[in-house]
Amino acid sequence: MIYVENKDLVIPGEVLAEDDFYSGRGTFKEDGKICSSLMGLVSLRNKKISVIPLKSKYVPKKGDVVIGKINDVRFSMWGVDINSPYEGILPSSEVFGRDKKSLNKVFGVGDVLFLRVVDVDEVKKAKLGLKGRGMGKFKGGIIVEIAPTKVPRLIGKKGSMINMIKEKTGCKIVVGQNGLVWVRGDSDMEKITRDIIHVIEEQAHTSGLTDRIRDKLYLDIDGEIPEDLDYKDEEYVESPNFDFEDVEKSEKLEEENTKDSLPKEGFRRSKRSNNKRFNHNKKFHKKSRSNKYELEKPQLQNFKEELEQEELEAKKNEDKRNNDFISNLENIDQEKKTHQKHLEIGKKKTGFSILKDDDI
Amino acid sequence: MIFISEERKIRADGRAYNELRPIKIEAGVLERADGSAYVEVGGNKILACVYGPKESYMRRFLRPDTGVIKVRYNMAPFSVDTRKRPGPDRRSNEISKITADALCPALMLEGFPRSMVEVSIEVIAAEGGTRCAGVTAAAVALADAGIPMKDIPAGCAAGKMDDEVVLDLSEIEDKNGQADVPLVIMPRTGEITLLQADGNLTDEEFEEAIELAIEGCMQVSEVQKEALKTCYSQE
Amino acid sequence: MDVTPEITRDNIRNLVNNNQRADGRALDEYREINIETGVIPKAEGSALCKLGGTKVIVGIKPSVGEPFPDTPDVGVLMTNCELLPMADPSFEPGPPSLESIELARVVDRGIRESEMVNLNELCIEEGKHVWILFIDLHVIDNCGNLFDCASLAVNAALKSCKLPKASVVDDEIVYDEEETFDVPLNHNVALSTFVKIGDEMVLDPSLDEERVLSARLSVGITEEGSICSMQKGGDEPITKDDLFAAVKTALNKNDEILANLNFE
Repeated sequence: MIYVENKDLVIPGEVLAEDDFYSGRGTFKEDGKICSSLMGLVSLRNKKISVIPLKSKYVPKKGDVVIGKINDVRFSMWGVDINSPYEGILPSSEVFGRDKKSLNKVFGVGDVLFLRVVDVDEVKKAKLGLKGRGMGKFKGGIIVEIAPTKVPRLIGKKGSMINMIKEKTGCKIVVGQNGLVWVRGDSDMEKITRDIIHVIEEQAHTSGLTDRIRDKLYLDIDGEIPEDLDYKDEEYVESPNFDFEDVEKSEKLEEENTKDSLPKEGFRRSKRSNNKRFNHNKKFHKKSRSNKYELEKPQLQNFKEELEQEELEAKKNEDKRNNDFISNLENIDQEKKTHQKHLEIGKKKTGFSILKDDDI
Repeated sequence: MIFISEERKIRADGRAYNELRPIKIEAGVLERADGSAYVEVGGNKILACVYGPKESYMRRFLRPDTGVIKVRYNMAPFSVDTRKRPGPDRRSNEISKITADALCPALMLEGFPRSMVEVSIEVIAAEGGTRCAGVTAAAVALADAGIPMKDIPAGCAAGKMDDEVVLDLSEIEDKNGQADVPLVIMPRTGEITLLQADGNLTDEEFEEAIELAIEGCMQVSEVQKEALKTCYSQE
Repeated sequence: MDVTPEITRDNIRNLVNNNQRADGRALDEYREINIETGVIPKAEGSALCKLGGTKVIVGIKPSVGEPFPDTPDVGVLMTNCELLPMADPSFEPGPPSLESIELARVVDRGIRESEMVNLNELCIEEGKHVWILFIDLHVIDNCGNLFDCASLAVNAALKSCKLPKASVVDDEIVYDEEETFDVPLNHNVALSTFVKIGDEMVLDPSLDEERVLSARLSVGITEEGSICSMQKGGDEPITKDDLFAAVKTALNKNDEILANLNFE
């Protein structure tokens, strides 16, 4: 028995289904009934019901890429505000290994960094690192803040939305999973991009968004919407699923995009999947236009392989760095020894923390 | 079964014994807050807002296994007939506490250990029944803030006036009345999360008052749900 | 600790240097102003003022009391301000902060020194009974420039404030609720607040602009164009040129701001 449809807006406590359904993210089961625990949109996958929240705070997760701001410099680590109830720490060992340097000379309070969550401890404190492409300190540009739950919508399927914006505005854009977005480009374009991002945030739960954003981009930048712009990205429009796996994938693309060669993968996909609609719908004369978004197949293949290769190495590096981190801490820093112990205890005994003193 | 006579008096303000005062709820009214709501019940005007879950400097209140809620109920100096001195007093401190207790069973903060959800309820105009309206507003603000919840608590009072049990006492009725029973329930399960009573009631009257208040809460709950849904529906 | 990112600082400074602002306004342009009066049924005078996203509610409660001994024949104004925790995550509950006291006093000074309220008419019996107006400012949403928003709200609340006719019969005050009178006002007053960013004075600062300000200047001007109050804030100096430029802009803008008080 199901009471809701896909994409329905639901509120906490609303009964979504009974009996043979599974309770997914954002829901809970009570007396055989599956209820929503959040204000959000229903996502139905087979027999699994989830609710994607409209608003929520960012809770750090291992492997996430985030944008953080240095708000403290301490003994061999930086305190980082990651737009979350939980604090991030960037150990100096993540930046310059075992060497001791003056931390202030590297990053100062107020610097904004692109970081990766290396580990999250039992009480959600996030250990951050800078390993990965494009990671490090931002220079120039602006920071735009959106609800972390809207990040997948901003990126779009396989990066379709974000790539469209980058393409049209010429801005460099980096999206953190914690809802902070860095934009750098021409000062007018930065403004347009910021406004567009806010429109996406406001309307993330509506359908037909990609089209509206495309029109708005043309309007804001060229002052008019070209008449021949009628291949509509319907496929994406109809499935605004805030799929978390998608985000992670697109995030990886995102990260890659800081490279010089930008494969416009998203557009290629959406065009192809819309061929059917094209045929009965519109003339094909804008094929030339869409061509520029085409990506050679082998190139994509290479791109994927590259990505996998890099991930593997990243993993190796990470383990090594983790070890470094531990030995570093044990050798040098008395204060942080307690913290590390804390981490280890946390790992063995799940769901229980015996240390009351959370000062590190 | 409680016997309710057909010809019950119409109240001074023209309401039937089981009728709420006009109620209006709006969600998402403030810019800065993570979640907010505005509630009008009769002459009551109440703003509620939520920040969090967030870090807190009040370390001793935090728990390692779950998030916690902190409520501040406050009345504006100009909300009542004779100006009230600004700042908390014993009454508002008590209401802050029972409001937190009333909301707590609905919250699911296990995913946010060592964090705090700060709720602030501001009565800008008072006309009887502010604690219930405050909980009603706070619950909508919590949902608006994206806090995971089992249910949206709704509040409403019943009371006794001229020897009759009536719903949702206004300020005048409360002052001249014989009893006041504020109640907050979680509408899906009907569980009671806040209950106070003052005055004199027989056990039958008490039972009737509870039934009536629950009925009132259910009506309030419908308005809450509508407010949340219209806040985000497509234009 | 809430730190303003260095790149946001640079961005705002660069924009201002090019005569631009993040929200597209001119350097001397106000955000949208929206004033509603009579919002609090239990207050004799009340107003909600929205300046962009900033929102301030003001309620006025009158009472009759003894005048100050040195001014036995004039009424009393008491201005009090609460920066509610709901308005901004950095506002904390508890006794009034330094910021809220400054805000209340700057707003109060604009009203008092301009002789906006004709306090002589608030005297009921010289030396014994005068009206005391408690003006309570409730800041509910802080999106920058609380000063100007609060000042407009207070002015609007005073304009809408109605007092019952009071008379003394056998040494007791008798109120006539049927017959009310408006609080006697001589004129309106607007406060114009600037922040110094880079080399420019920027009117009606947004929250981000306030965060990166080097200095702040508020100028109170009556509708006749008389400068009646001023306050310099921020931890860096301003020059004489900055000051004169700001006052000139404020004088030019004054009618525009005060036009928002022409309701009824």
